[in-house]
Amino acid sequence: MDKHTILMTLINLTILLFAPFFVIGVIKKTKAFWGGRKGVSIFQPFWDFLRLLKKSRVISSSTSPIFNIAFVIVFVSTLIAGLFAPLVMGFSIINTSCAFIIFSYILGFSKFFALIGAMDTASSFEGMGASREACFTTIIEPAFFIILASLIALSGNYTFSSISQLPQNFGSLGILIIITASSAIFIMLLTECSRVPVDDPATHLELTMIHEVMVLDNSGIDLALSSWANGIKMVILMGIIGNLIIPAAIPLKISLLCFIALFIILGVIIGTIESLIARLRMSHVFEFIFVMSSLALVVASLSAVKIYGV
Amino acid sequence: MDYITIKNNQRISILDIPVIDFEVLRAQLCASNLRVLSFFGVREGDFVKLYVALGDDEKGEIQLSSALIDKNIKEYDSITAENLQYHMFEREFYEQFGILPKNHPWLKPVRKNLDSYDFFEMEGSSLHQVAVGPIHAGVIEPGHFRFNCQGEKVYNLEIMLGYQHRGVEDLIVKKPSIQLAESVCGDSVIAYAMAYSQIMEELSDTKISTKAKIIRRIALETERIAIHIGDMGAILGDIAYLMGKEVYGVTRTLVINTMLEISGSRFGRGLIDFGGVNFDIDKEMSEKIKDTLNEVKKTVEKMTKASLKSSTVMSRLEKTGVVNQETAQELNLVGMIGRSCGIDLDSRFDFEDEFYKGLEKKPFRATNDAYSRFRIRYKEVMESISYTKHLLRQLDEYKDDSILSQAQKLIPASFALSIVESWRGELVHAALTDENGNLKRYKIKDPSFNNWWGLSMAVRNNGISDFPLCNKGFDLSYCGFDL
Repeated sequence: MDKHTILMTLINLTILLFAPFFVIGVIKKTKAFWGGRKGVSIFQPFWDFLRLLKKSRVISSSTSPIFNIAFVIVFVSTLIAGLFAPLVMGFSIINTSCAFIIFSYILGFSKFFALIGAMDTASSFEGMGASREACFTTIIEPAFFIILASLIALSGNYTFSSISQLPQNFGSLGILIIITASSAIFIMLLTECSRVPVDDPATHLELTMIHEVMVLDNSGIDLALSSWANGIKMVILMGIIGNLIIPAAIPLKISLLCFIALFIILGVIIGTIESLIARLRMSHVFEFIFVMSSLALVVASLSAVKIYGV
Repeated sequence: MDYITIKNNQRISILDIPVIDFEVLRAQLCASNLRVLSFFGVREGDFVKLYVALGDDEKGEIQLSSALIDKNIKEYDSITAENLQYHMFEREFYEQFGILPKNHPWLKPVRKNLDSYDFFEMEGSSLHQVAVGPIHAGVIEPGHFRFNCQGEKVYNLEIMLGYQHRGVEDLIVKKPSIQLAESVCGDSVIAYAMAYSQIMEELSDTKISTKAKIIRRIALETERIAIHIGDMGAILGDIAYLMGKEVYGVTRTLVINTMLEISGSRFGRGLIDFGGVNFDIDKEMSEKIKDTLNEVKKTVEKMTKASLKSSTVMSRLEKTGVVNQETAQELNLVGMIGRSCGIDLDSRFDFEDEFYKGLEKKPFRATNDAYSRFRIRYKEVMESISYTKHLLRQLDEYKDDSILSQAQKLIPASFALSIVESWRGELVHAALTDENGNLKRYKIKDPSFNNWWGLSMAVRNNGISDFPLCNKGFDLSYCGFDL
């Protein structure tokens, strides 16, 4: 293993582990700004995380051993999925052919444990949240595959990190593909990481929650890990968007700066969306997510045009 | 019907109230199309005396009647079976006196014996039940909600309350005090204090100054403005429209801080007293209030415009939680919720109040949904601001009046009933005294007592995730119901 690989691995791992707190902090700060408040420090999510780690777990008596291990599995599998995804300079820590399929299914695995972990509490709320979350993921999955497969076919190289080579081969069609693909991934981000307009992470109303209600019975380290995992997922998806926009063949320092800027910009965009629009009615959320499916089809057709010519 | 007609806040001797045969009264109540204001029993030796007050909104009169129920009578044919608006009243009466209303469609505990509550159930492989509460996620009060759903759709919602039953009616009888009366329901302090003191003043024939009356009404309108604005923010908060939530939240603070300046309490505790009010509003304060109200008006106008322009907000509010007018009428929904369903009742105007005479009240185009409940609040905030300004102008004429008169002793064997339009709607207090001039029975009917059932109707066939939005739109009182 050469020096460059070790350095990149360290950088990406650090981003993967710590950027989540930063991004959430930026989102909260943005919301505070729009609300006319000063808001908490952008490092507050990290202090909250440390606070949760110190607390003991309260485990409902109606749970089985699955609940005990579910959220550790959720966290670990999300992190492992993160190792496959490209981050700074298009570098994936584990780089193999067709890694995006492994990536998706490891994320799916993590989602599966989050769902059964929630259902294990036998709470009617958590069952409801799990059913909503499962439903949304089912719509997202094919769209995500179509997008990633198209992009990888476009680059001609079957590794996940090859998507970072797209921005160099721009061309007008390329730009169009990148814009559509990033918007689709952004919708996926809002849905998967439970942000407005799909979910409201700030609500206290169990009946309207999606993700939050699934972790209602979690406490201490479980809660810390599940929110950390959610943050990591957000950083992974932001990383994919970043690789579509930021060229890989630029110096490390500039790439790093670009990614930090990207995290801030996306955080501000998410925060602004959460401040300025209301959440969608549950039955309209599907329409919103189907926009991602349509965009995926657009990406697929544009890529076909680019590969085979008109 | 054999009855005596009285006005709002009018004392009469108990002997003047006609006592008719219970069966006759029952038949008449079934047939009457007037709204029931108060329906309560008083124990008299072995007998139970039932008092019923009906409101004639068009004439602004109250029809009062009573019946003596023999101790041998253990059951009767329920009125609810024929006239739905007695639903809650009969359940309450049964709980307090054990006289069974036969064929009552929904005879379940109101406040006591909650353990024996028999929930409505639906069975089927695709149906599921969601139980919420009594301990809630937020900082609100305890209540249990049981949903029968298929997927996201609610078929039926059953609401079980009573967790906060403190027996305030009996406490007031035992030791009448304004502090107790105003703390029955923490978000309607002024309305409760006003109803209580009006009753006591009537029963004791204490005359209070015009100035005190005006200050009470200013406080009542201020309370309405504050809570309505807070609720508008909360409605928008429930649909994650952050901007609206924050702006209305800040504006509400301005209003309750005005109350703080007047009375030393943000919710107006200690302002109203038996005999008048404890705090004066002088010229300087009056100007201050006017300035604050102008500022509030500007912000609320701007924010409401912005919210209702937002398509995401409109998509959530429109057609959510519809209660049609016929249902509302049948259930006798009152106050702001009633008005949002197209029932134009407002006791400030219906039951003659000299201070509201001639004030403009614009018609409201009810759409019966969450949107309607949002708009009615906006309309009432705007109107209350102009009413308050009008009242403040009137205040100038009575500069030199004293604000607190000496409270007199209660007059024996009398009855009085007071209706106050709290921000939720018609709040009815009734009281009667015994031969020694002590309180014998004190009866409170909060507008929530009528309206909880409306919430159940509103969420039918709606998504369960829209329940919080409907709930916030109704914003009913738990403690006002539980008493």
